[in-house]
Amino acid sequence: MDPTVVNEATALINAKATIMAGCAVGAGLALIAGIGPGIGEGYAVGKACEAIGRQPECRGQVTSTMIMGCAIAETTGIYGFVTGLLLMLLAPSLFIKRL
Amino acid sequence: MDNINITGAKILYTIPVLGGIRITETQVNSWIVIALLFVLCLVLTHGMKVRGTSKRQVVAEWIVEQVTKLVRENMGESFLPYAPFICAILGLSATSSLTALVGAYPPTADLNTIAGWSILVFSLITFYKIKTNGFLGYLKSYTEPIKIFTPFNVLSEIGTPISMTFRHFGNIVSGVVISALVYAGLASVSTLLLGWLPGLLGKIPLLQVGLPAVLSIYFDVFTSLMQAFIFAMLTMLYIGNAVKTD
Repeated sequence: MDPTVVNEATALINAKATIMAGCAVGAGLALIAGIGPGIGEGYAVGKACEAIGRQPECRGQVTSTMIMGCAIAETTGIYGFVTGLLLMLLAPSLFIKRL
Repeated sequence: MDNINITGAKILYTIPVLGGIRITETQVNSWIVIALLFVLCLVLTHGMKVRGTSKRQVVAEWIVEQVTKLVRENMGESFLPYAPFICAILGLSATSSLTALVGAYPPTADLNTIAGWSILVFSLITFYKIKTNGFLGYLKSYTEPIKIFTPFNVLSEIGTPISMTFRHFGNIVSGVVISALVYAGLASVSTLLLGWLPGLLGKIPLLQVGLPAVLSIYFDVFTSLMQAFIFAMLTMLYIGNAVKTD
């Protein structure tokens, strides 16, 4: 076989492998975003427990406010998750098509 | 690894006009959900009486009362006509997400569904901002507190519908993805552990019984109701804030 053809084919396979690896590593890195909401929500729940301990009669209101706040604090983690999902499912085919 | 299947909505049919309009699972399931809610409304409100009320009527009255209370607390007395809109968002979002319980594709796991709702809410916010401040006042509100802030104000304005969309979408899709992963993982674990059993018994993934149900209580039921409530809540807060003048 012509060596240039073999070389080109190897280069293409290498490029595909690099793209897949890059997307996978990127998705993994994107999911680090989960740390932030974890810390934040834990802090919020701790504070809510303190508030309930201080004023047990406010339990219902504190709990509903806390859940609402937790759900909003989750947003950044969700962004990371969506980015990771896009990198895993959409990006590889998108970049390989451009080769 | 081939039995993990995470895909978007399947295209069921393509209408051959205007370059092909795709009818996906999302649309079909949305219409099923709308039909369900319509039937529910008909059943609940059928034969209402002032005295000697039926159980159905009590349920209907409870729903209306709760939503009215919610709207009054968060948006104020003047927005009471919005109670049906908020109730519609709540019902549609919750029922759409809960269809995952019967194994159907939840319409809320499609970005387009929620993007549509968010754009609707965004138009309402902008409408009320323009109505309160006038068009020039609306444009001027972007340059506050100083003119350098204009790009950031524009970004935060565009960010509102995007963050609402991704919050709802991400929560539902994370549930779908985790369920798929757990099912695939349990299947391979049970082939490893129980594969030596003779005949058909070794092929049934016995470990799939039980654990996915517990997970689905959190990921399907809790998250669905939570996200429906949060979406409705944010709608109310944003629209309520739009009419406030400093």
